[in-house]
Amino acid sequence: MNEVLLQTRDLGVEFAVSGGAVHAVRGVDIDVRRGEVVGIVGESGSGKSATMLALLGLLAPNAKVHGSASFNGIEMIGAPHEQLRALRGGRIGMVFQDPMTSLNPVLTVGRQIAEAIEVHQPTLRPKRVMARVQELLEVVAIPNASERMRAYPHELSGGMRQRVMIAMAVANDPELIIADEPTTALDVTIQAQILTVLADLRSRTNSALVIITHDLGVVAGVADRVNVMYAGRVVERGPVEELFYRNQHPYTAGLLACLPRLDTRGRDLEPIGGAPPLLDHLPKGCAFVSRCKVAEPRCHDVDPQLRDVGTVSVACHVAPAATSAMKAMKAVDA
Amino acid sequence: MTVADESSVDDFQPQPAEPDPGRKRSWRKLVRRPQIAFGLIVCFIWLVVILTVHWWAPYDPYESVGDRLQPPNGDFWFGTDALGRDVFTRVLYGARQSLPIAVAVIASAVLIGSVLGAAAGFLGGWVDRVVMRLADVTMAFPAILLAMAVAAALGPGLKNGFIAMVIVWWPIYARLLRAQVIAVKQREHIESAVSIGATQGRILRKHVLPLSFTGVLVNATMDLGQVVLLTASLSFLGLGALPPAPEWGAMITEGAKYFYQWWIAVAPGVAMVTVVLAFNFLGDGLRDALDVKAATR
Repeated sequence: MNEVLLQTRDLGVEFAVSGGAVHAVRGVDIDVRRGEVVGIVGESGSGKSATMLALLGLLAPNAKVHGSASFNGIEMIGAPHEQLRALRGGRIGMVFQDPMTSLNPVLTVGRQIAEAIEVHQPTLRPKRVMARVQELLEVVAIPNASERMRAYPHELSGGMRQRVMIAMAVANDPELIIADEPTTALDVTIQAQILTVLADLRSRTNSALVIITHDLGVVAGVADRVNVMYAGRVVERGPVEELFYRNQHPYTAGLLACLPRLDTRGRDLEPIGGAPPLLDHLPKGCAFVSRCKVAEPRCHDVDPQLRDVGTVSVACHVAPAATSAMKAMKAVDA
Repeated sequence: MTVADESSVDDFQPQPAEPDPGRKRSWRKLVRRPQIAFGLIVCFIWLVVILTVHWWAPYDPYESVGDRLQPPNGDFWFGTDALGRDVFTRVLYGARQSLPIAVAVIASAVLIGSVLGAAAGFLGGWVDRVVMRLADVTMAFPAILLAMAVAAALGPGLKNGFIAMVIVWWPIYARLLRAQVIAVKQREHIESAVSIGATQGRILRKHVLPLSFTGVLVNATMDLGQVVLLTASLSFLGLGALPPAPEWGAMITEGAKYFYQWWIAVAPGVAMVTVVLAFNFLGDGLRDALDVKAATR
């Protein structure tokens, strides 16, 4: 297997708010290997974005980050400002969710991509920079690149703008691309195109790709391995196939059960009842316990740690019996 | 600013992108607004006066050239003052006093205020607190009162008046720019600039300031008129230009002594009205033209 490019250990993020702290990320261990596509899945507020933003020092000033995250063996948490800045956009590229607002409206897109290059290669001659911009636009499959360079963001459609964002992120051939909900703001048809562009880029440059999303469909299409996050923790992780077909955590199973499927027409979708716990008032035991159908007494008292069960790692006391118990309950209901 | 193709399914449809002709068109659109056109024309006339008046003015502004206190007539269009000087000539020369000082005051105030305001908004923390408290303290005084106090402390004269007015005016721009910078700083494209590794200085220069400056530009244009008025007010009170300088406010002071010789005070007053009106129109027009939200509403 390839060497580990990014490794987080016991990474935690707290936001200081009036009257206490919100524990957005609580001890996350994630490994990303060179050339691999890792999906991080979870609902809003599960800490999936905060985990990745914490690495790059992009969180709001009221955030406190602890634990460790090393990139190529370099510790990033608490690293000097200048060192992080050199990593951002240089060896780590970032693609944001909303291409409508993430581009500067008063600069041409070519100018903005050029800036990403100039920041990291200040000695490059302007002509070479512009040639590279055009090349990048062609790489992300924008037709007529030499003309599009001179367009302003409002002259481009959402999909085009997201391509521009991707071009900015990969301008300096990063080793790691972090895509934070890259397709959420786009039409379904465009989503597929953007994912294809990202996957193409990854295989071309052998960089690693982390896709943060709430959309299991996105993950199923492109990821090699998946981390499922809930209430600031990774509750289950494993190879994508295993996670979809042999998952062990009731939350993962619940997420998959509430997806509409073509082969279960006419049947009601099964939402997960309840709501996630408040991150400033977490229960003592498992964070999922109040919504779990198969919870046992010990689930209320002891927070489960990740452990290997079958082909996946799961943080659940009841596993491996949990998902089979849920299936049995479903059979009884039917 | 929204564009019709946002939801376009066909992502590959080429769209025309011609930024340069567009820019030219918007300039023409700007000039075609009657407010802006009026403002520009009046400003242009006064500019020509300032630059060329010494070639064609009918008389010398400092010399007694006829009988004193003559009402307007064919030789002296706006009459003569108590010393027999031509009022029309003095009004024209007055522009040389008031307008350059207005421009200088606004330019200095914008410069100082912008630097401090941008630093306060962008850096936040103690810089923000110090600058804003200073601004609050300054703005707590009525403008004319503070200007008078400063001018009185430094002694009369246009130079000290200038210093006084800059002290009065910088907080307006500091607050304006600070508010804009804070608003723009939170936009997502700033975060994406951070994520490509741009330095703080670069982000402020290239991404924050260009989007924050509209309000300052509009306000500065309107304030030009206000400074002309304040300069005249200081001179009127004897704290600005000193006699015999042909300054509008000082001329009005002289005119006030001769109540029945109305032309002595009215002529510089009318000149001031045209200038202030022109700057206000220009500022109003600019605000309407630059306020994207209002334009698309």
